[in-house]
Amino acid sequence: MLSRTNLTLIALVTVIATPSLAVAQQRGPEVADFTLANGLELVVIPDHRAPVVTHMIWYKVGAADETPGKSGLAHFLEHLMFKGTAKNPTGKFSQVVARIGGQENAFTSQDYTGYYQRVPSDQLKTVMEFEADRMTGLQLTDDVVLPERNVILEEQNQRIGNNPRARLGEQIDAALYLNNPYGKPVIGWRHEMEELSRDDAIGFYRRFYAPNNAVVVIAGDVDPAKARALVEETYGKVPRHNNLPPRIRAQEPPPVAARSLTLADARAEIPTLQREYLVPSFATSKRGESMALEVLAHILGSGSNSRLYRGLVVDKQVAVAANAWYDASTLDLSKFAIGGSPRPGVTLTQLEAETDAIVVEVIAKGVTAEELERAKTRLIADAVYALDNQASMARWYGTALTTGASVNDVKNWPDRIRAVTAEQVQDAARQWLDKRRSVTGYLVKDVSPQAEKRS
Amino acid sequence: MIRVLSIFFAAAAAIASANTASAMTIEKIVSPAGIEAWLVREKALPLVTLNYAFHGGTTQDDAEKAGTANLAAALLDEGAGDLDGKAFHERVENHAIELGFQVGRDYIHGSLRALNEHRDEAFDLLRLALTSPRFDADAIDRLRGQTMATLQRDTTNPNDLASRRWWQTAFPDHPYGREGKGTLESVPRITAADMREYVRRVFARNELKVSIVGDVDAKTAGMLIDRAFGALPAKNDLKPIANATPSGLGRRIVINVDVPQAVVTFGGQGIARQDPEFMAAYIVNHILGGGSFSSRLYREVREKRGLAYGVSDSLVWFRRAAVMLGGTATRADRTADALAVIEQEVKRMAEEGPTPDELAAAKSFLKGSYALSLDTSGKIAAQLTQIQIDDLGIDYVQRRSALIDAVTIEDAKRVAKRLYGGGLLVTIAGKPKGLTSSGATE
Repeated sequence: MLSRTNLTLIALVTVIATPSLAVAQQRGPEVADFTLANGLELVVIPDHRAPVVTHMIWYKVGAADETPGKSGLAHFLEHLMFKGTAKNPTGKFSQVVARIGGQENAFTSQDYTGYYQRVPSDQLKTVMEFEADRMTGLQLTDDVVLPERNVILEEQNQRIGNNPRARLGEQIDAALYLNNPYGKPVIGWRHEMEELSRDDAIGFYRRFYAPNNAVVVIAGDVDPAKARALVEETYGKVPRHNNLPPRIRAQEPPPVAARSLTLADARAEIPTLQREYLVPSFATSKRGESMALEVLAHILGSGSNSRLYRGLVVDKQVAVAANAWYDASTLDLSKFAIGGSPRPGVTLTQLEAETDAIVVEVIAKGVTAEELERAKTRLIADAVYALDNQASMARWYGTALTTGASVNDVKNWPDRIRAVTAEQVQDAARQWLDKRRSVTGYLVKDVSPQAEKRS
Repeated sequence: MIRVLSIFFAAAAAIASANTASAMTIEKIVSPAGIEAWLVREKALPLVTLNYAFHGGTTQDDAEKAGTANLAAALLDEGAGDLDGKAFHERVENHAIELGFQVGRDYIHGSLRALNEHRDEAFDLLRLALTSPRFDADAIDRLRGQTMATLQRDTTNPNDLASRRWWQTAFPDHPYGREGKGTLESVPRITAADMREYVRRVFARNELKVSIVGDVDAKTAGMLIDRAFGALPAKNDLKPIANATPSGLGRRIVINVDVPQAVVTFGGQGIARQDPEFMAAYIVNHILGGGSFSSRLYREVREKRGLAYGVSDSLVWFRRAAVMLGGTATRADRTADALAVIEQEVKRMAEEGPTPDELAAAKSFLKGSYALSLDTSGKIAAQLTQIQIDDLGIDYVQRRSALIDAVTIEDAKRVAKRLYGGGLLVTIAGKPKGLTSSGATE
């Protein structure tokens, strides 16, 4: 809830050039993967360094699964999941977690909704019992639903309304996706959020929350056999849902027109250029293609020696910031973004022309062997660094398994990054960084008289 | 632009449970050059994590050149020794090394992470950054431009507006009142010579705190530490900083900016880390507005009334001052209501203190959550550095549970009165309906 703040952010902002499927290689843990009779999948990632566990449940439902006209419902339900069941009234679960010194939170993306607790390892069964109980036992009344609706409206203000760059991102997404629901913000459109009801939330809950639509990921101080036994005793008793709707979303037509939009905001002190291209995710790509896009994003826009930073900020000195990112972990088509902010005295048009020149050069000439090696070294090292953080490990597996990848895909990710060739990176740039696949957004300062008057 | 660095924001609170304390052994080591460090051996992973701090943060800036320490820190990896910025970054990236520098008011903190196979290279690069940063003109120009852009952006950001005004008002004639990044006026004045002078005065061995976690024995750790820090001067050369207490309590300041949601910063007097009543205060503040779903502020402002997405406060301590500081963000037509609830809860805590049940629950949480704040190498290393800075002793991890248990309900009530009885300074950025500045002339 409160720190739900931090987590939902991921859904709206997306991690930059981080190995969304990264994890473990030679020295990684023995990851176990089971499926119960009722369809629940369990992944266990042992890490015995500290006597704590991270317990997460990931439902394969997100904002993109909402009924048209009900934007924000998946996330609203995430908040309402803390409002109690017949067995455990409002606040009980959170009180118990706090008593045992645990942390808890939840998060929503276009493709998944997740809940987690981080607790001492001897308390694992306790949190499993609560979590299994609220899988089907949620009870809602208007006296908890209505204040919470105000909370999500304040969350929308905090994330989007008060933040010009977030407003720009929302407009770009809406323009990029012509048909797929990824064009709607995870937080929702305000006019629809204001109308969300208790019945909407309960209906959505009954449709999607079930053991055969969930993955439990446990990372930390537990062994797989023990974890499995605990899961059988708790989640194992929840009956399977026999009418789960298939996850079929409207797909994008082939993009044919370069689009651009301008957002004028009185608070936009520094202009911003951001472009998003419609590109394959891991789940929608041909073999190796999304890894090539990950390497490309790193070479183009991650760090001081990236093409965009070096070209725009250091050499040409037309920008104060420049970057690129790509999110491989989406069920449907994903996006590859590039952007930056101009130096004072440089127009967005000039910055865009210089940015285009850099992209064109990569398409025409490819990347150097040294750049390729550097990017791969960094991405593969991230998989080793990840081993130091059980919560990150749990999150990577959960993300993968709810966005069309498997445990083996996660395990093999470093090898697949290692296998990326310069030619594949150039091919990816040529095929996907095509302006006709993109929306370019300009954030500028609103200097109209009305804006002056308002501020 | 926006970079999500960490998904799990662990609670900063580190409190002992017997369990974990025994699972982790902290060794005090002294390097051949005589630098003391705390070491935790962690053999499970092929990497090393270093965390360190030098006394001397933004308080060392001249007022008219505020932002010097921050700009200097941003330039440390933009060229050092024979390596220009490009070459330095290439060496870092080719070996997947992570170097970080972060400036606070009293300290500059640093971190390093490397795979074992690259650790010598990593510590060599750190030495170069600390002992011979170049401060090349083109790099200064570039990083200054980035800082100016950030400062320009902050001028219409309600969070920055509310926070800056709070600090300026609480510490009007003290370095603690300044924004560490500096101002649009001060940053253009900073020269390479200013930054060299900052590095010369601050980067020294005498008040250096070092923590290291990894698959490394004491002897190797000592050699690595000397590799990075051994060549630094023996003694720093710092400006003295005066003690201060927050002023402006009882005032409310409204900053007009056209945003849909008003951002509120509130705060009052705090408590020194070395104060015998610190732990009681820490527990009481956790009950009032600490970062869990059961604090009074969370329950009253968010859960019952839906007035905000987040509301919390924490105790913040420096070498020369301490404050309680909190915040929320709420719709313009209900800002007055939210603020009234917060002020009422602070007052009620001052007058009545917590209940015995609340005290027991908070103790239980703070003891149990300790292990979660020590479950990665980076968190352990950062925590050990903070324990050294606060001078709590190498056995603090073991002692902390007992310190918590020792707090009685009488202690809690007494400290609540002392902590919250002095009133609040409140700053609000936005268009809060029906609220105006009050309490003193601006």
